[in-house]
Amino acid sequence: MAISFQDMQTEAQGRWQALTAGEQPWIRVGTALCGKAAGCDPVLDALKDSLQRNGIAANVSQVGCLGLCFAEPLIDVQFPGGPRIFYGNVTPETVDEIVASHLVLGTPVAHLALGYLADGDGASVSPGLDPGIPDLNLHPMRAQEHRIALRNAGNIDPGDIYQYIANGGYRGLDNALTELSPSDTLDHVNASGLRGRGGAAFPTATKWRFLAGSDAPVKYILCNCEEGDPGAFNDKAILESDPQTLIEGITLCGYATGSHYGYIFIRHGHDGPIERTQEAVRQAEELGLLGDDILGSGFSFHLEVALTGDSYVAGEESALMEAIEGKRAMPRFRPPFPAQVGLFGKPTNINNVKTLAYIPEIVARGGEWFAGIGHDKSTGTAILCLTGSLKYTGMVEVPLGINLKDVLYDVAGGVPDGKSLKLVQSGGPLGGVLGADNVDVLLDFDILRAAGAILGSGGLIVADEDACAVDLTRALIAFCQYESCGKCFPCRMGMSHLLEVLERICRLEGSVEDLPLMRSIGENMQAGSLCGHGQLGFNPVASALRYFGHEFDTHIVDRSCPTGRCLRPSFSPMSSRR
Amino acid sequence: MDGLTRRISEAVHGQPQATVTVLSSLLAVEDELGYIPKEAVEEVAALTHSTINDVWAVASFYPNFRFEPPCEHTVEICWGTSCHLVGAMPLIEAILDAAGMEGEGDTDDRRLTLRFNTCLGACAQAPVISIDHQLHGRLSAEAAREKVSALLSAPDSSGGR
Repeated sequence: MAISFQDMQTEAQGRWQALTAGEQPWIRVGTALCGKAAGCDPVLDALKDSLQRNGIAANVSQVGCLGLCFAEPLIDVQFPGGPRIFYGNVTPETVDEIVASHLVLGTPVAHLALGYLADGDGASVSPGLDPGIPDLNLHPMRAQEHRIALRNAGNIDPGDIYQYIANGGYRGLDNALTELSPSDTLDHVNASGLRGRGGAAFPTATKWRFLAGSDAPVKYILCNCEEGDPGAFNDKAILESDPQTLIEGITLCGYATGSHYGYIFIRHGHDGPIERTQEAVRQAEELGLLGDDILGSGFSFHLEVALTGDSYVAGEESALMEAIEGKRAMPRFRPPFPAQVGLFGKPTNINNVKTLAYIPEIVARGGEWFAGIGHDKSTGTAILCLTGSLKYTGMVEVPLGINLKDVLYDVAGGVPDGKSLKLVQSGGPLGGVLGADNVDVLLDFDILRAAGAILGSGGLIVADEDACAVDLTRALIAFCQYESCGKCFPCRMGMSHLLEVLERICRLEGSVEDLPLMRSIGENMQAGSLCGHGQLGFNPVASALRYFGHEFDTHIVDRSCPTGRCLRPSFSPMSSRR
Repeated sequence: MDGLTRRISEAVHGQPQATVTVLSSLLAVEDELGYIPKEAVEEVAALTHSTINDVWAVASFYPNFRFEPPCEHTVEICWGTSCHLVGAMPLIEAILDAAGMEGEGDTDDRRLTLRFNTCLGACAQAPVISIDHQLHGRLSAEAAREKVSALLSAPDSSGGR
């Protein structure tokens, strides 16, 4: 590959200029999983059809997730040099109106518009813009954002590597390969204070040093996108929206640690994220940004997409390696730790998607820049998935140190329909719940841990007053029971036993002995399980008892479920691992 | 070589990635056929120098694998926490009622395979179902019932598979 990085940048900027300030309007359609579920496919078909019928020549791109999932299907129209005008909750019917007015006559449809974005590319608000169309950056979901890992999400076509390069992509890698030694690169990560975003919040640079210290000829970098936590989709959203930022981050990790092989590990069945990642790897290889002798530096890095079957425990680092090796996703005994004996017996480093997605900007802008964002020892941002009973559901990237209460009531607009917030389920099923009175807490890894909660993968699921804490606990334990891999019997049998007790309490047939019984099961699971699934598996029950003990009492002593949820039918999937 | 054997062979031998394992081969077969016939277990064992027991051990571990052909349509209902809190249970109840079923499985007339999925990944659009791999979000129980009823009342497109 003879093309230099400077030539790539020139080419990329030319192409970007043609899209944003060329001859034709540019229409971007959100087609991530949130868009798909909201019906973007028929909207996209209707849009293309309408453009053709009206004889409009426009560039139409499929982009990822802007974060405003509540407004999907979301499309935006940008005339050359002008702002992007966003339309939310678009239907095949309203597409016609948008095309007829905005594209044909040049008049944005104010009553359908969600807002405009004028940032970047020197785009300015056109003088004739309807004052009824607000600045989208003032929307509660965007007003407090600081986008680093998500800087391109919803803005660029994830299937076009040149759009990534045009927006500053790969300058971090180019800089590292030409100016920085591997240890300089690692120093940037160390200075950034970056901590793992998969749940454990372990310092990333420390983890990388374990691998860098090994002189084994074959070492692996694994990127974990198993993401089985219900309520978390930010890893998949990064793959769908900006896969190149992840590829650049993994390659930089390889450079810093002296590794030449990597895997991106994704759960089978999520076709959009998988296909976009595979295509992104192919394009990076084609431009010589992956493979042998990257950008003529002599450094080689090979990256492959590996798929797993349905298994929550496959997201645990040692089970993940088993799954890549093609086996049952069951955790391994440690020691030896992955940095000594990992994938295929070789030293291995495992990071979450979000962690690695920060790396390109950290290397390009310097570790101190990143360390200046956030709160105390929780540097950088949190990428949060806001779901459940909230006015605005979606994904935001906000500085760490923000108050959880502000996230729930300001950013996400609080609970709709005049109902009140009852609890927040955070950090995945093993993370537990927080009561409404306990959400006045800063999003900081250490403060949250001290409060008995974890940020985990960033999923915040909100329940309103109609939810029953006992019913929710049963659902969480039903998930944990279904997903126990079965290797350690305290987890396998403990989860089944906990579920049996919770089902009994939900049938209003529980007894006062059931609470100490569950605690005893929980203690055994914690003591006798190899991985977090069993060790943390009692968290949902413990935290529910802590904040909603009175509801368990009502079910057990008064034989009553105040919300009535427990009295309605409940269903669980069948597990082949029982 | 009959049709099934050829499709299995092409799926397992045509894997584009460098790392070919028991699991990757089984996933390739599932993508091609929608299930894992016993012929595929034998083929994967031969390709990966594993025993048939080893391959079954992996295939039976991951609940996405099934061992008989799926029905004409597959409906997956998300059962994750976000969906649970905003109405997955009434939605499941309505779909089961429309399909005349009591839980996961296949209908007797082979029109519908029903599965609960622990997370379909579109949590902001909860509750979510997928019909033949197409996601549908923010569904009321009644809307879900109508979608499944419409699926079942449409003419059989399976060609007697």
